[in-house]
Amino acid sequence: MSQGASKSLLLRGYVVLVFIFVFTPIVTSFIFSVNSDRFPTIPLGHFTTHWYETIFADPDVWDAFRVSGIVSITVATLATFIGFCTAYTDYRYNFTGKALYLSLALLPPTIPLVIMGLAMLALLARINMSGEIYSIVVSHVVLCSPFAMAVIRMRLAQINPDLESAAWNLGASNWRAMQEVIVPFCRPAIASAFCLTAAVSFDEFAVAWFVSGLNKTVPVMILEILQGNTDPQINAIGSIVFITSMTLVILAQLILMRKTINQTATGI
Amino acid sequence: MSDSSSSRPLVTFAGVSKRYGGVTAVHTMNLEIYEGEFLAIMGPSGCGKTTSLRMLAGLEEPSDGEIRLDGQRINEISSVERDTPMVWQSLALFPFLNVQKNVEFGLKMRQVPAEERQARASKWLERMEILELAERDISQLSGGQKQRVALARSLVTEPRILLLDEPLSALDANLVIRMQGVLSRLQKELGITFVYVTHSQSEAFAMSDRVVIMSQGRIEQLGSPKEIYRSPASRFVADFVGANNILSGTISQAGENLEIETALGVFQCDTGTKPAHHVGDSLDMVISADLVQMSLDDPNTQNSLECRFISEEFVGSIVTLFAELEDRSDFKIQTRQRDLAKMSLEEGDTFFVSWSAADTHLISSGRHLDA
Repeated sequence: MSQGASKSLLLRGYVVLVFIFVFTPIVTSFIFSVNSDRFPTIPLGHFTTHWYETIFADPDVWDAFRVSGIVSITVATLATFIGFCTAYTDYRYNFTGKALYLSLALLPPTIPLVIMGLAMLALLARINMSGEIYSIVVSHVVLCSPFAMAVIRMRLAQINPDLESAAWNLGASNWRAMQEVIVPFCRPAIASAFCLTAAVSFDEFAVAWFVSGLNKTVPVMILEILQGNTDPQINAIGSIVFITSMTLVILAQLILMRKTINQTATGI
Repeated sequence: MSDSSSSRPLVTFAGVSKRYGGVTAVHTMNLEIYEGEFLAIMGPSGCGKTTSLRMLAGLEEPSDGEIRLDGQRINEISSVERDTPMVWQSLALFPFLNVQKNVEFGLKMRQVPAEERQARASKWLERMEILELAERDISQLSGGQKQRVALARSLVTEPRILLLDEPLSALDANLVIRMQGVLSRLQKELGITFVYVTHSQSEAFAMSDRVVIMSQGRIEQLGSPKEIYRSPASRFVADFVGANNILSGTISQAGENLEIETALGVFQCDTGTKPAHHVGDSLDMVISADLVQMSLDDPNTQNSLECRFISEEFVGSIVTLFAELEDRSDFKIQTRQRDLAKMSLEEGDTFFVSWSAADTHLISSGRHLDA
């Protein structure tokens, strides 16, 4: 009993250590974003919102957030739609070359981002589509769709295959059954995929840096500020980015978890 | 309802086959299902019973042959346009809709206005005695309640035929008996056709007017539960249904006093007025376990055998005894528990079984000849 207790204490300690390791830089960055000193040194100065005020007074920052916002919402919408369609074809149909189709569909995230960014730039520049907001959207959709597909596919794996047949049996056409059964069943996964892809797009730097041109997204702008000067403005922007994407990711998890618990309990 | 012979067929399977790649799931099936009857299709798993039902529901397309509903060929009519609702083994209730919305589903798909939808769904919920659950989520229901929702959902469109695919297999034994009563009564009150697929003999026999026994994609026998129980048409049916002892042999004396020679001796069979057999015909002799008498002393009749007690299976007032014959084959006897207690048998004890010549049933090469 006591051996078990000490073991579990040890495990808990280990988990806490891992979390400290992961989150210290972020917490540090946050602390210095509300610290009055110009340079990140200890002992700390006093609490201030000065750096936040500075960045919110800067129209470039607003621009970057606007671009990021437009991009991530558009990307999330498109990527979730494409991801859903891919996942559904995988669930519903069997065809030759399905394995190839699936691996191609899941491939983009395995390509190093720099390579992906370069390739995107090369292609988009050639067809005169680079440097626009939609260039970022196109590139990010490629990058994000597999995430959406993976999330929705997991949900479809839980569906009782009789549900769709039951809908047909009760007079629903293919299209109607999709609307009335498949989409409602996948709704939590769809919402979750939307949040997740929005977060991925909002965070993504490398590809955006290559294709964004003058339409800087927030991560691209951060790097540019960083190259010029290092003052706690960076920490302030970083904290906002972190909170935004963490909120999206946690939301994605919560939606998925709540619904899954709710409905696996039904069994049938 | 059970007077099926005078009604016209509602559903006809005319030479229907279903093949998946090289595997034939259903083999040139011919079957007529009558208006208002309770028909059970029974067989071991993989016998093609569910495939037949799914073809009738339009969820599978026959590879060959024709399915007619009310005289009309329906092979090409999609499931959506047939009014052949099904109660699924998994029930397939929509987990994201509440009870009321589940029941309304079929009406909604048929563009029935919301008000009428609600009224009709409520009527069926009331009929299934679950009106008070209308606003509940599916996850909050018990097994029996889900069953009732599934029935209401299928019946709300007032179809002429209801298909049931092992709907009771997930319930515990007590609930199965109760739901059997509910289904039986419902079918009689509605007067519509029920086609009920099951692997359970007790479910099939308890509720249906006629039973179809299937094996390996073919119909082995079609008849009333009593016919199937007392006069199995094939060795498969005799094995699958009831508790039968089967002795194989050849006819050693034909005519009125039929005699059959087996490895265990010569036995008498009373064929009554049925057609004569010829000496040398080989056939199977079926002796139902519940028509066997037991005794400790040799009864000195021709239809008796000595056997050794192996084990017993106690199910309430009836006991099934497993014994071994001298050639080490099994022999089953069903008797009342109190009769068995009088004999006080121990494992390994020998005793005698006997049966009357009139209680033997003969099966020869796929055809059945009543004794």
